[in-house]
Amino acid sequence: MSGQVLEVEDLRVRLRTPRGPADVVNGLSYTVGPGETVAVVGESGSGKSVSVLALLGLLPARVATVTGRAVLQGEDLLTMKPERLRQVRGPGAGMVFQDPMTSLNPVLTVGRQLVEGIRAHGDVSKAAARRRAADLLGEVGLPDPERALDRYPHELSGGMRQRVVIAIALSNSPALLIADEATTALDVTVQAQIIDLIEGLQADRGTGVIWITHDLGVVAGIADRVLVMYGGRCVEDGTVDDVLERPAHPYTRGLLGALPDLAQPAVDGVVPDLATVPGTPPAPTDLPEGCVFWPRCPVRGDARCEHEQPPLVQIGSGPGLPHRAATWCTEEAP
Amino acid sequence: MNAVTAVDASDVLVSVRGLEVHFPVRGEGIRKKGAGVLRAVDGVDLDILRGETLGLVGESGCGKSTLGNAVLRLIPPTGGSIDFAGTDVTSVGGKGLRELRRRAGMVFQDPFASLDPRRTVAQTVSEPLEVHGLRSGKRERAARVGELLELVGLDPAVAGRYPHEFSGGQRQRVGIARALAGEPDFLVCDEAIASLDVSVQAQVLNLLRRLQKQLGLTLLFISHDLSAVRHISDRIAVMYLGRIVEIGPASAVGSDPQMPYTQALLSAVPVPHPALERQRQRVVLRGDVPSPAAVPSGCRFRTRCPYVFEPCDDVDPALQPAGAPGQLAACHLHGVVGTPVERTPEGVPAEP
Repeated sequence: MSGQVLEVEDLRVRLRTPRGPADVVNGLSYTVGPGETVAVVGESGSGKSVSVLALLGLLPARVATVTGRAVLQGEDLLTMKPERLRQVRGPGAGMVFQDPMTSLNPVLTVGRQLVEGIRAHGDVSKAAARRRAADLLGEVGLPDPERALDRYPHELSGGMRQRVVIAIALSNSPALLIADEATTALDVTVQAQIIDLIEGLQADRGTGVIWITHDLGVVAGIADRVLVMYGGRCVEDGTVDDVLERPAHPYTRGLLGALPDLAQPAVDGVVPDLATVPGTPPAPTDLPEGCVFWPRCPVRGDARCEHEQPPLVQIGSGPGLPHRAATWCTEEAP
Repeated sequence: MNAVTAVDASDVLVSVRGLEVHFPVRGEGIRKKGAGVLRAVDGVDLDILRGETLGLVGESGCGKSTLGNAVLRLIPPTGGSIDFAGTDVTSVGGKGLRELRRRAGMVFQDPFASLDPRRTVAQTVSEPLEVHGLRSGKRERAARVGELLELVGLDPAVAGRYPHEFSGGQRQRVGIARALAGEPDFLVCDEAIASLDVSVQAQVLNLLRRLQKQLGLTLLFISHDLSAVRHISDRIAVMYLGRIVEIGPASAVGSDPQMPYTQALLSAVPVPHPALERQRQRVVLRGDVPSPAAVPSGCRFRTRCPYVFEPCDDVDPALQPAGAPGQLAACHLHGVVGTPVERTPEGVPAEP
């Protein structure tokens, strides 16, 4: 035990597909400490969502083979019996999905869905669970929580629904909260409200948070550490300042360069073109042999990039948390 | 100078005045017939200048897509007027409407839904050529399709392929090629980059900027992504509950907004700089956007505004000069200008 909430070691996920085996997650290792927020970033298909679904045993066993270790509060999630895993989901780890309309049951009231979660993990009377549910809705900032309990999801706005989903995820005070694109479907002003809410609750309860997103702006605001995924691998990780201000991997640099910058759009009155990353990500059924970013890399070098996989190694020798990147070319791009 | 929109009238391509798009809504339960009105677009004055990119931003449900659709008459307006280069868009029919369809195109949000999966790229892109009789003969059309594909950065050799063989970014390029086929003057891009990954978004933004310069296009770029809008636009218009509440040069609206709603919206946009993010004071708005079926009287932002004061309740603010030259804001903080709210003797706001 090292005082971490979650320790993931060499997580691998292989899916069976009609086009052959797809290596969707390829050796992911990271930790989440109490009160810490780790952001997992990457584009569609980089494996970020699958990697957390695998942790909670939410991938169908018929098609997914998950290996590695994922220790949550001393217990390995990946070797756990299904009954035990069901007990852990909730008090151990709560999850907030992207789309609050599909993660809530449309034919049950908000109250019933909250009460169900509370009573599944504790010997609580219906009335007490209902009181607790109302408290939770109040905590996540829903106006008039008593009345909201009797509403159906379609009667609520997108922001209110996402608050309900967060209330459900928090109902058993999880040690770990996983937010998978939890604010992506929301407007920026609502996103700001939800981020405030999760940060506040995290400060109160010391919850560890894994925040999956493709929005590097959100990452800059909430994350302590960042893990950049590409082709199912972690290509760079480090503190949020290291990764966003001093990116070492050509892919991270490409992603940051591709963002229109609200703060500094013009140089001498001229808005420059955005930098782009040419090409498309590799198919998980057909990953490159060497560096996974090699086919798209703007600074790719010799045969080594093509044939030899770069390990995730520490770069620089600064104090504090390590900054690591998996690339053969960490020098500044020309 | 036009007093309403603060632009030079001779440069205007599209002129919108007092535009309203109201939808009837059914009541609930026993009040089923007591129909209400949903004010999706509720009194918009807007001039779009020849050759400019006008960014239109706002949150879900503010009416920005409805406005974009109404300008092309894809949704019939219930009030007001739209002038497109001398054509009255609201009443034009027959040949005139067909000519409008050629001169004004649309790029849709979802490149997976906006392309017919059973038609090849060539069939999709050449349809406008046939409809408008722009190229006679198969060979001429095929050659033009090749040109259009090259223009949007696709290999002309892909003309025979079907949409499913392309990535999202490539499909969006096909959608742009189709929109350009009629050699339009004006394009409405409705959330054209919203469903794309960051690196692909950048490619499409660059493409739109290049095409705009190369072809002298006028763009109405509708998006909820303020960073992208700030990047691509010459001017920015901000919508809230069916109205334009602020408009002006992109640099002015982007860095010195004059309307409290714009200020809140901009302050909520996260930027990828940890140091800036830590310093930043977000203006977190109270509550949700009111329903467009129950628009507040007076200033429609007053229920959430941090600076609300006396006149906000009583006077519906009009756009007025504020901040930089050419910048307009609908806010009483810059002087009480607008239409007083009529009240019944009991003091309840009368139905407009």
